[in-house]
Amino acid sequence: MHIMEGYLPPMHAAIWHAASLPFLGWGIWRLSKTIKENPESRLLLGACGGYAFVLSSLKLPSLNGSCSHPTGIGLGAVIFGPPAMIVTGFAVLFFQAALLAHGGFTTLGANMFSMAIAGSFISYGVFHAGKKLALPLNVAVFFAAFAGDLGTYIVTSIQLALAFPDSQGGYTGAMLKFLSVFAVTQLPLALSEGFLTVLVMNMLRKFAPEEILKLNSALKGDSK
Amino acid sequence: MTKQNIALLAAVILLGVIPVLMHWNSKDENLFTGADDKAGKTIESINPDYKVWAEPVFEPAGELASLLFALQAAIGAGLLGYAIGYYRGRHKSVNPGKETGKNA
Repeated sequence: MHIMEGYLPPMHAAIWHAASLPFLGWGIWRLSKTIKENPESRLLLGACGGYAFVLSSLKLPSLNGSCSHPTGIGLGAVIFGPPAMIVTGFAVLFFQAALLAHGGFTTLGANMFSMAIAGSFISYGVFHAGKKLALPLNVAVFFAAFAGDLGTYIVTSIQLALAFPDSQGGYTGAMLKFLSVFAVTQLPLALSEGFLTVLVMNMLRKFAPEEILKLNSALKGDSK
Repeated sequence: MTKQNIALLAAVILLGVIPVLMHWNSKDENLFTGADDKAGKTIESINPDYKVWAEPVFEPAGELASLLFALQAAIGAGLLGYAIGYYRGRHKSVNPGKETGKNA
């Protein structure tokens, strides 16, 4: 679900780079602070980063006969907050642009904005909204990962529509076209990502409760 | 594994298998191609004059692509598995006697 190399006009590419760069700087600064304050959280960060690496390498088949991959951003965004996953998302996108011809450097800013930045803030926001609504913890985690995944492709569709307005339908017409490409593909994948994230969260909360609660006290168990 | 975890895993597997079964007899040559490419085609249909102005710096040829994708998955799974294994071992040694594999 990344925008391919060269598929954004130079002006748009530049603007998205400019929009993402401050977030990356902020993310690095906040994350290094978190690690300094909680040195024992490094292994957990490795787990969340590893999760994002695996998930974004899994190109899963979807109902409409095309393939796309989940993002894996939700888990870390819920545990660590957005800064950690902005940095991790950057690492994943850089790796894929440099070695896999997946995404690209001209579109790195835009892809970062949709996946690493919007994706982690959506996941983080949905999780805390879910807790406010007194949803069971696992349900809140599920919706956080689900919405982060889905939100990423919605932002991607907006980015593409802004760059390529439809001659008849204008911006909204173009956005609907891009959404229809991603929507059917991404919906089942977002469900998968939601389920998997709950599964991994269950294990981490069971085996490393102190580390998790220190980073996000809202992850205190209510299930069982 | 708890019952919930098993159910979650089963749901993920089902969500992967159903699309394959649905398209079992499909002759479509573009079956299970990437959504990114389809977005690229949509761009071309909206704006046929658009010129792609940058190419990937490095495009892995042939099997090299699968190697690098597998490498990415291996790095990620290695990290995740190491961390969960470490925490599980520690959890077990702190709570001896309890069966940690099951939800006691």
